[in-house]
Amino acid sequence: MANKKITAWERVEIARNPRRKTALDYIDGIFDEFMELHGDRTFKDDKSICCGLSRIGKQNFTVIAEQKGRNTKENIERNFGMPNPESYRKAIRFMKQAEKFNRPIITFVDTKGAYPGIEAEERGQGEAIAKSMFEMARLEVPTISIIIGEGSSGGALAIAVTNKVFMLENAIYSILSPEGYSSILWKDGSRFKEAAERMKLTAKDLLDLKVIDKIIKEPMNQEFEEIVKNLKKEITVTIKDLNKLSKKDIVEERYKKFRNIGEFINL
Amino acid sequence: MIIDKIKKRETVNVKNKKSNIDIPIGKWIKCENCKEIIYKEAIRENLNICPNCGKYFRMHIGKRLELIIDEGTYKKFNLKIETTNPLNLEDYPKKLKSLREKTGLEEAVACGTGNINGEKVVICIMDSGFLMGSMGVVVGEKITYAIEKAIEQKLPLIIFSVSGGARMQEGIISLMQMAKTTAALTKLDEAGLLYISVLTDPTYGGVTASFASLGDIILAEPKAMIGFAGPRVIQQTIGKELPEGFQTAEFLLEHGFIDKIVERKDLKNTIYKLIQFHKGGKKNG
Repeated sequence: MANKKITAWERVEIARNPRRKTALDYIDGIFDEFMELHGDRTFKDDKSICCGLSRIGKQNFTVIAEQKGRNTKENIERNFGMPNPESYRKAIRFMKQAEKFNRPIITFVDTKGAYPGIEAEERGQGEAIAKSMFEMARLEVPTISIIIGEGSSGGALAIAVTNKVFMLENAIYSILSPEGYSSILWKDGSRFKEAAERMKLTAKDLLDLKVIDKIIKEPMNQEFEEIVKNLKKEITVTIKDLNKLSKKDIVEERYKKFRNIGEFINL
Repeated sequence: MIIDKIKKRETVNVKNKKSNIDIPIGKWIKCENCKEIIYKEAIRENLNICPNCGKYFRMHIGKRLELIIDEGTYKKFNLKIETTNPLNLEDYPKKLKSLREKTGLEEAVACGTGNINGEKVVICIMDSGFLMGSMGVVVGEKITYAIEKAIEQKLPLIIFSVSGGARMQEGIISLMQMAKTTAALTKLDEAGLLYISVLTDPTYGGVTASFASLGDIILAEPKAMIGFAGPRVIQQTIGKELPEGFQTAEFLLEHGFIDKIVERKDLKNTIYKLIQFHKGGKKNG
């Protein structure tokens, strides 16, 4: 079966498949070395976002990754990849540190959304997401985000306000889940497949809308190692280009990109 | 989510059940808090607050402008734009057209400049009557434009939020407005200008998770419901009852996420005073 015949809903299923590779699998494959570091220095180490230092050759990076579990035990520990506010505050801590030590930042996006819980609200889920985007938008180091699985809602965007946004061919990126979309907009949760087709959540649709900058191909017959190798090359080349920009231009380039997303009609 | 709740609140009880007398439609309203049937005009004269129990009703843009901005000083920005309907939904443009006709509003936010006790500001006011104040490309662009005007003219920025969040009808493009407005606020911050965010009932989702939470000062009206996830979603996720007072302005104050709860009648003077306290900022004289 050729890839182009895959429907949007099928891509949702692929993106959510529990056997799909998670952020740590990509990190292991892409970087020559990775050291995870912990904690938001305020409340706790929330494990839905995993942060650390890495390198490819002599180029150091800061890594911020939404991590789903690879089995039930891990999923409980990682809260199924649904971050609490402390995850975003940990991410902010690592962004600022990256800036201080002039390390580019690579983020991996894979979440059903920020966790909707009592404690999450008590500790300012909305504020944490807003602040994460705010700090990201003005970073003076090059940043790349990679949507590897599910990129759903503000919980995904919180770590994706980057100079370049890459997206795996079978990943999805959307305002919320197709199920949520159909139940809110059409008051009918059973129309989720139709919603998936409508929402423009596939990599191709999002490239057309200029929401993402590049699609990372996932040919069906290709080994994971190949995809990772390709991703490593893309990161290396892109960072090399972005490193040529002045600090001011890094911020400006990113600003312009987000400033111009979403066309409108002048009346 | 929150939208269902709001619709319920606006139900007008046209029959007085006790006496079974018909009440003229449109002139009376049942307060959903104290259940009293109240003459609408009496609420209007009382800043849209129930004269019986003090319940705050929502305020539309015109009324809010009257309350906050000196008479005759409001000048709305000349920015007339429309969505491209990025998801090609059949009934969305029709819905927008009928809402524009019904409400007399261009969209869910109005932005311009005006004076607060003589202090010139950039002001944005959202309106729950227009698709629940949801943020699509037009709202995102108008707010971003207002932020840019504040920077250009070195003026304080005041945003009154009321919103169900990002607008479903425009999908991912609505989500991206969170990043756009937030990025614009980094520029305002660098310019050393004051931003006062005022949260009114209800403020949720992508608006809470972007510009509404990024004020130098964050104010809220009493008992306003404010949060990221809607209460029903949280309840369904955790399968437990939500605590009393959850996600009210008072709850947020207690947890450290807003600076101050201000009664409607005091908002204008409080904002004026805050502007005075912030003079002497980088670009603020």
